[in-house]
Amino acid sequence: MSSDLFNSDLSVVNVGLDSFADAIDGAGGQAVRTDWRPPAGGDGSAGRAVAALINDAQIDAANETAFAKYLAAQPILEGVGRAGDCLPGMGERTITHSGPPVAWEDMCGPVKGAIIGAIIYEGWAADEAVAKSLADSGEVTFAPCHHHSAVGPMAGIISPSMPVWIVKNSDAGNMSYCTLNEGLGRVLRFGAFDAEVLERLNWMQDVLARVMGAALEGLGGIDIKTIMAQALHMGDEVHNRNAAATSLLIKALIPPALRSGLDQAEIAAAIEFMAGNDHFFLNISMGGCKSMLDAAHGVAGSTMVTAMSRNGVEFGIRVSGAGDEWFTAEAPVVDGLYFPGYSMADAAPDLGDSAITETAGLGGFAMAASPAIVQFVGGTPADAILRSREMQQITLGRNAALTLPALNFGGTAAGIDVRQVADQSVLPIINTGIAHKEAGIGQIGAGITRAPMECFAKAVRWLADNKAPG
Amino acid sequence: MSALQKIFPNMYRDSVALMRLSAEASDLPGIEAVSAIMATEANIALLAEAGLLDGATDAGPNDLLLVIQGGDDTAITAGAEFIESALTETAEGPSEGGGAPALPHSIETALGTHPAANLALISCPGEYAGAEAMKALRLGLDVMLFSDNVALEDEVALKTMGDELGRLVMGPDCGTAIINGVPLGFANVVRPGNIGLVAASGTGLQQVSCLIDDLGGGISQAIGTGGRDLKSQVGGRAMIRGLEMLASDPGTEVIVLISKPPDADVAKRLMDLASACAKPVIVNFLGADGGAGTLEEAAHLAVAAGNGETADIKNLPRHNLDADALEKARAALGSGQGSIRALYSGGTFAYESMLILQPLLGTIWSSSPLNPDGLLNDPWQSRGHTVIDLGDDIFTRGRPHPMIDHRLRGERILQEAADAETAVILLDLVLGYGSHDDPAGELATAINQARDIAEAAGHWVHFVGFVCGTDADPQHAARQAEVLGNAGVLLTPSNAQAARLAADIVGSGS
Repeated sequence: MSSDLFNSDLSVVNVGLDSFADAIDGAGGQAVRTDWRPPAGGDGSAGRAVAALINDAQIDAANETAFAKYLAAQPILEGVGRAGDCLPGMGERTITHSGPPVAWEDMCGPVKGAIIGAIIYEGWAADEAVAKSLADSGEVTFAPCHHHSAVGPMAGIISPSMPVWIVKNSDAGNMSYCTLNEGLGRVLRFGAFDAEVLERLNWMQDVLARVMGAALEGLGGIDIKTIMAQALHMGDEVHNRNAAATSLLIKALIPPALRSGLDQAEIAAAIEFMAGNDHFFLNISMGGCKSMLDAAHGVAGSTMVTAMSRNGVEFGIRVSGAGDEWFTAEAPVVDGLYFPGYSMADAAPDLGDSAITETAGLGGFAMAASPAIVQFVGGTPADAILRSREMQQITLGRNAALTLPALNFGGTAAGIDVRQVADQSVLPIINTGIAHKEAGIGQIGAGITRAPMECFAKAVRWLADNKAPG
Repeated sequence: MSALQKIFPNMYRDSVALMRLSAEASDLPGIEAVSAIMATEANIALLAEAGLLDGATDAGPNDLLLVIQGGDDTAITAGAEFIESALTETAEGPSEGGGAPALPHSIETALGTHPAANLALISCPGEYAGAEAMKALRLGLDVMLFSDNVALEDEVALKTMGDELGRLVMGPDCGTAIINGVPLGFANVVRPGNIGLVAASGTGLQQVSCLIDDLGGGISQAIGTGGRDLKSQVGGRAMIRGLEMLASDPGTEVIVLISKPPDADVAKRLMDLASACAKPVIVNFLGADGGAGTLEEAAHLAVAAGNGETADIKNLPRHNLDADALEKARAALGSGQGSIRALYSGGTFAYESMLILQPLLGTIWSSSPLNPDGLLNDPWQSRGHTVIDLGDDIFTRGRPHPMIDHRLRGERILQEAADAETAVILLDLVLGYGSHDDPAGELATAINQARDIAEAAGHWVHFVGFVCGTDADPQHAARQAEVLGNAGVLLTPSNAQAARLAADIVGSGS
């Protein structure tokens, strides 16, 4: 085999000194300029690991398989169930939380608060002190939602008696679950557990779950991707803005709810609850994204990211070809926009499973769809378009079912490739809410952040070390 | 502490826009807290909770409420004016579309837009360069690795991989190449022709290609291998591959191999390959027996072979100064003046110069000497006959290369001129892409100052030099030579002649 360099027109990819490109252009050659930066944020060993993974036929084939499964997924919102009955492997003394695994003593304030609330809600303890000692005792098992086919926003707490959305991928058959959204303010997912919070949780378990379940039964399920696709054309990115998707959901649920034969006052209360919370759809969006990405998980050799998630201490990612591994780094504190009276000093580090939306190509990746919240990315719709385009550089492809009007109705960028993140040092963008670091105070701001490079550096090292020979 | 409340009735702004505006205003001097909100019940409760609002307000849900706290009234008024002007601004932001497409951040993404690219020219910091080269190879590109500080084992791995994939790996530390007529890195603009070069030395390649051009010949391809290619660990992989590529290249009729002395086994392998080659191969392993003895000889042999002739290299001129002029030059020197001080920007020139001077003059001092006993204890201080490569790491640490930045060489010229021992200051001037825009102008300034210094000390210093370049180079060789000539530099056509001239000026005669 020999290079045919001398028999072709010279076209030079220039990495480094730009003046060399000038000389090539000046002498009649073609220079392809790059804006090169050290791969993996300058992590040399990760940079070398990426070099060993680039343009590999086995990896590319595995990614094609994983990405095709993601694209083919059809998440259907089938109903509402009890977490303890639905979530695979969830024992009666298990509480799940957002993000990668974390020990009780290391958990951040909002997660600890929410766990105390869940213990009281379950009736395992009567008050905060007893709940704390129960948590300390080791008698309650704590596990990531992701280990039980589930996701939860912010603290992400799911205990056995809680109602969960049931999402089935009608293509591959995998099941996913997510809690029902409690609304804003003093809520469990921000670590609040006062009487009002517990009362609302009980009402949700009883009334809201019954109405939602009956309505969905009457409808025979809702195609989540269709609602997302419409909402993207109505100004949502279905992570930090869910106003349109929530409206579409309510529109779909009202007729079957009214026809369900349930008590009219209960139906009215349920509809009022949904109508009072622009983020009601968020948890369904998350469950849908989890459904699509779980379908892509577990393809040997694939470098596609199937979860990005935070527990308020660590940020973790999972990769299709890396099985149950988590690749973690310290969770960043978000430099966002804060509600009156609050600042970064009050913020908990990044928290919640909701970055599953970005992992699926929504949220920050679909920023171009959502002019209403572009202030988070610098202020103009042009900035938002730039972000969505930037994400195309680190993804395996685009999702034609989820299109962005501002990109001439091109599909949203999806299927984050850890190799591309590390090689280009371009980090996935995430739209996020910001929780107060103390339990129970609630959301104090919102903003955009980037996933930490360390997660991707660890992932490419693992993938290079565990690469199949050949 | 002052505070201000202002209501903008029936003005709606999105909450995120208001949060950004509040954040900007709170960065103004003297402002402690700012909140601009739509005055809904929930937002008013938030303000009260944050201690920004005491008592009731007349603002309703359709009104925009601004609250500012700060050190004094002036600051607060300024803050309020800032918010008000931002709220009433109607100008549009930058146009839609997100601006020009960003440049690719990686070789792979660059190939996405330019799939026909066939070579990667890598000049990023050495710690990342090996990985970039590996990616380029995996992506099907030939590689020129300009970067230095790449580990030797990485070089071996890259060249082994290149051999497996049938790809050329030039470098690391490959400063120059000419591929399909396109100069890469620090290269000169030379006439196209039938002579192909493979060189482990950047300035060696530049000197030979420029002299070939000057002699009326031309270059088909010039391949750099990097300075370590001919060490035993690397085994001359790039030179062997380059030789094979040129052997099968229809545009190449004569091949020249250029290097400092290779590892003995590598040298033997290359000599065997050279003699087995169907095309004439001129070998110039500086300081080794056989083949061309100097870069200049290599150029003459190549041009002659390219014309189907044989070169009479035994009768090449020693230098271009006639006997009378030489005698005059010697006469200008004082009794204590007997030393050559050679200040090179090209490492191979320094090496070749030492090879020429040492048999004529004895010990040549250097920071990178031919023999260990010639090592300068202090590289910043010359003694006796000294030959310095100012491109050596010890001189370039924290500074640009002397082909780009002439300040260090200028300072050293003044230092040597002030030394009463100095008889000749020997200089190279390397042109081409990548080099300084007007190196002769830079040198002439230093030379003129140096003459003043020498004159004030009551002695005369000779400057001997040569220009490595062509008239097609961006700096134009003839014009650069004219500037040096006007500064009184004795110019020769090549480094070898310059070194011999310097030796003849200080020596007792040939």
